[in-house]
Amino acid sequence: MEETTLNKSIGDQAAGSPETWLDQHGSALYRYALLHLRDPHKAEDAVQETLLAALGARDRFYGGASVRTWLVGILKHKVMDQFRRQVREVQLEDPDDVAEADDPADETDFAPSGQWRNKLTDWGNPEDTLERGEFIAFLQRCLDALPQRLGQLFWLREVLYEDSATICKHLAISPSNLWTMLYRARLGLRRCLDSTWLKGIGHAG
Amino acid sequence: MLTCKDASHLLSEGQERPLGLQERWGLRLHLWMCVSCRRFERQLAVIRQAMRSLRGRAEAEAPDAGLTPEARERIRRALAEGCAQPRD
Repeated sequence: MEETTLNKSIGDQAAGSPETWLDQHGSALYRYALLHLRDPHKAEDAVQETLLAALGARDRFYGGASVRTWLVGILKHKVMDQFRRQVREVQLEDPDDVAEADDPADETDFAPSGQWRNKLTDWGNPEDTLERGEFIAFLQRCLDALPQRLGQLFWLREVLYEDSATICKHLAISPSNLWTMLYRARLGLRRCLDSTWLKGIGHAG
Repeated sequence: MLTCKDASHLLSEGQERPLGLQERWGLRLHLWMCVSCRRFERQLAVIRQAMRSLRGRAEAEAPDAGLTPEARERIRRALAEGCAQPRD
């Protein structure tokens, strides 16, 4: 490590130096990125992009928030950017995956009359259901089984807690398009949990 | 009269936006008559709660994961290059 780089940046910025960001927050940022992107390379890229963006924007850091909070805020945007790129890629690769009025997923669940094809099973109380740890494990598997785009949007909405407006703006999709895809994600998860988790606990039938 | 498909749509959208008065009344009437849609409503609530605990769980499971020394070095180099560029 060269002392000149260090001396130049130490002390003249409330935010500290990029070197210390990497040392003190690098792994925490990486874990956050990995949690959402689930790919070591993409997570590393997101951390690098975050630190570079922070470097360019450190004059705007006022020290009101902690450095960690500030960096995570930037990282959150980088994660969203990654999601947007992936959603775009899927759109190009697989036009069938894009939301259309005609929805084969709906037909799995509903008869032409608009009624459920099969009467839905009682999952019990949310509290009781969630106390059984295995539900969460099945949910993770069912999320992975969704079309990638649906799974990511649902993750963005329910785990990153982004509101609809932010997601629409970031991913450049219309609200009704987003709502339709979230609806499909929910139907898909429900169906998957019914046929995996519920069957496993011998409730079904 | 709402079909189950309409009702399930509204139940999902109700998690995204405030429903209108007419939508809420239509939904209430449908739910009153339809056991499957009442179950669907509860299932959505379970899924939402479970998604929230998924995050805590994922974080708890990877406390030791971190940047590898190689990744750290790559980022360090990228930052050094970034530092060397003139700032405006």
